[in-house]
Amino acid sequence: MYIARQDVVSTASLSYAVFFVALFVAAHLVVRVALPDADPYVLPLAGVLTAFGLTMIYRIDPDLAFRQGLWVVVGLVAFAALVLFLKDYRRLDQVKYILGLAAIGLLALPAVPGLGRTINGASLWVGVGPVVFQPGEFAKVLLVIFLAGYLRDNREMLSMGSGRYGLPSLKHFGPLLIIWGGAMLVLFQTNDLGGGLLYFSIFLAMLWVATARWAYVAVGGVLFAVGAYALYHVTPHVQERVAIWLDCSWTVSNACPVYKEGYQLAQSIYAISGGGLFGQGLGEGVLISPEGHTYIPYLSTDFIFAGIAQELGLAGAAGLVLLYVVFLYRGFRIALMADDGFSKLLAVGLTSALAIQAFIITGGVTGLIPLTGITLPFVSYGGSSIVANFLIVGLLLMVSNHVNRERA
Amino acid sequence: MNPQIRRLFFVLVTLFVAVIGMSTWWLWKAPDLEARRGNPNLLVKQLTIERGRIFAADGRTVFARNRKVKKKSLGRTWFLRVYPRHKLVAHPVGYSTIERSRTGLEKSLNDYLTGSNANLDTVLNNALDKLKGLTQKGNDVVTTINARAQKVAMDALAGKCGGAVALEPSTGRVLVLASQPSYDPNLVEGHFNQILRTKASCGSASPLLDRATQGRFIPGSTFKVVTAAAALDTGRYTPSSRFDDPGYCIEYGKKVSNFADQSGPEVFGNVSFAEALEHSINAVFCNIGKTLGPNTVLRYAQRFGFYEEPPIELPSEEVTPSGLYRKGRLFLPKDPNQVDPGRLAFGQERLLVTPLQMALVAAGIGNEGIVMEPTLVDRILAPGGKVIERSSPKEWKKAIKARTAAELTAMMRAVVESGTGTAAQISGVPVAGKTGTAETGVSGRNDTWFIAFAPADRPQVAIAVALSGQSGTGGATAAPIAKAIIEALLKRNP
Repeated sequence: MYIARQDVVSTASLSYAVFFVALFVAAHLVVRVALPDADPYVLPLAGVLTAFGLTMIYRIDPDLAFRQGLWVVVGLVAFAALVLFLKDYRRLDQVKYILGLAAIGLLALPAVPGLGRTINGASLWVGVGPVVFQPGEFAKVLLVIFLAGYLRDNREMLSMGSGRYGLPSLKHFGPLLIIWGGAMLVLFQTNDLGGGLLYFSIFLAMLWVATARWAYVAVGGVLFAVGAYALYHVTPHVQERVAIWLDCSWTVSNACPVYKEGYQLAQSIYAISGGGLFGQGLGEGVLISPEGHTYIPYLSTDFIFAGIAQELGLAGAAGLVLLYVVFLYRGFRIALMADDGFSKLLAVGLTSALAIQAFIITGGVTGLIPLTGITLPFVSYGGSSIVANFLIVGLLLMVSNHVNRERA
Repeated sequence: MNPQIRRLFFVLVTLFVAVIGMSTWWLWKAPDLEARRGNPNLLVKQLTIERGRIFAADGRTVFARNRKVKKKSLGRTWFLRVYPRHKLVAHPVGYSTIERSRTGLEKSLNDYLTGSNANLDTVLNNALDKLKGLTQKGNDVVTTINARAQKVAMDALAGKCGGAVALEPSTGRVLVLASQPSYDPNLVEGHFNQILRTKASCGSASPLLDRATQGRFIPGSTFKVVTAAAALDTGRYTPSSRFDDPGYCIEYGKKVSNFADQSGPEVFGNVSFAEALEHSINAVFCNIGKTLGPNTVLRYAQRFGFYEEPPIELPSEEVTPSGLYRKGRLFLPKDPNQVDPGRLAFGQERLLVTPLQMALVAAGIGNEGIVMEPTLVDRILAPGGKVIERSSPKEWKKAIKARTAAELTAMMRAVVESGTGTAAQISGVPVAGKTGTAETGVSGRNDTWFIAFAPADRPQVAIAVALSGQSGTGGATAAPIAKAIIEALLKRNP
């Protein structure tokens, strides 16, 4: 009886694997036909990360893995559509202001009465009928495109400082401030700190790459500190997050699990520490209690990194991080080789967006920085996240194809 | 822009290295974190060990075994506990669960049961199992409990609130450790509310309370045995010392009347010391107590083990010391005027004792005045069946002289032959015993007792039975239960 069941399970997982491989072979063929000169590592890297995530989600909840599989299909279809129909990504440069405004619109969408859905205290979701999605994930891509185009146009002015005291004039800096300020407002209003931190970091990174002025980073840092301080005093949610972080990081003091949300960080840290060097083994970790609930809440979304550390150990976690580092390397390599500003900034922006997002959540679940809920790109369960990240891969490959063709 | 891109790359890589550094830090802290409340890792590690089984004295009757749970989502095979005898040995064996941790032998012998004791055999076995990738196995425990007699005791106590302890006087082996109301340890995990809803005839059912080792009962006349031991052992009295019983004793200028827990007339007149014990005459003991003084009586109580937790293998919080209690706390008076010597002598005052302690008193008298350490564990077996530890009898207290013990034995035989304890007579077997009926201040709610050992000439069983909330006397309520348990135990050793 038991053997029979195991047989069924292994057939099921085998068919999953075959389906998954077929899917990526198809995506690869699309790339080979449409973008023959594109970087050959980026799509396989995304594929390995996705497989990492799917395996872990399957181990936690097979039904959820099936849904994630469907989202991967949707993501790859969106990817193929983007690659096949957009043809020249530089056309996006011409509509950057529209895209910028669209990004703000998307971010504001959850605040629209009747549309917004609040899940776990954050109003990040939009529900249309049975479909619930997180517009912020798509806004991230649009904002990067806008910033790439805008910074390319104004980088000379911004880096030289055309106004008084060597500061850039409001004419050049204004639109940037408006777009950015709007995005920040919306984010704080929706209580999405992880998103706020992510967008702000992307903004600073791209600004610095475009202008090479440390002053911007410094001013930006101060602005962020002031904003964060104000937010800390206004929102009890943020105060609690910081208190949890102080009680849990480095020591996991006994006060840590006292907070409702400290419990999840404490459990996350227990899972990481219990995983040891090589982990308990895939499927053998202490993740699910006999009553069937996970010890770490949101294990398949925000805390998937802790689950991986428990079952695959420090080695597995470091391996996963290494994949992001390789992805970062390939993405930046595309940017380095590009010869026009828009391509450079676009590649840098998209790659940093993924890397910074991965850092914010892995840093959060390990207690390195205050925890903010955000997905681990390609790995966490989440439809919007998967689709948006595959769009990023598509854009990166299009830039790469263009760059390599110019060079050849 | 390229220099900035390169620098940004290193900044981001540094951040990722910091994440890995943080994870490494947690690995470093793992031993410290493992013990933290709410950390499931250690608990689950123990649940994946095939815990040793717990057996009755016969080595065959299973008191605790494992149930394998293999669910895909759990990842590994878990071993959850099953208690096939349900309520029978819930108190001594205890439970081992995820939600409510452990009690009883499951708690105190956890190191043996999980095979984490530092015994050469076990360490080698575990290392080999790990190398072979086998499930780690714990050691089996064979207790001293006689399953059949335990059943007799639990059935006899059923519906009442009380406890019974039977020991082997010469070794201290605990043959029966019964407490009612009991609970089904299988329900602790997940159905704990059912246990909390247990109803009982006495005030609060408290099914988790082990009345045999933690139940505080007023000893009443059973304590006269301790007073008599003091009286004889000090040489102040002999069994033939003469007393005049006017039906009361005068303390602090007031009359303390005899109690109904005595057979025969209210006023006995001129009696011997032996007759005073036989008929449990309060007035006589009241006067003995006044003569000896409370300090002497309490000193002898201590020589039997009062004021100490008996060194049984149960967790310390499940064993209560016996003695005088003041405001819920054990109290040993420095100043004799703090204690009423007369009432102390016949076991009222503020004395509170456990059935285990009174069984040890009976066992001490039956073992020529020497109280052996009570033990619940006979042997511990490695997974292959090899004995890795065997308990050996240890002397705990030298309570009284052998001659005193012999004199007391003769006096206690008379109690069963022709005194208050005739209900415990067993044909062909001489029984030495003592009844007790203690007033709690509420009529019809007495603590009733019977302590005994048998056969009186060559004791194999010492016993104490205590019941609360009784309207009858100890001789009528507790003695028949003691008799049934003794019979069940002696049948084993014909």
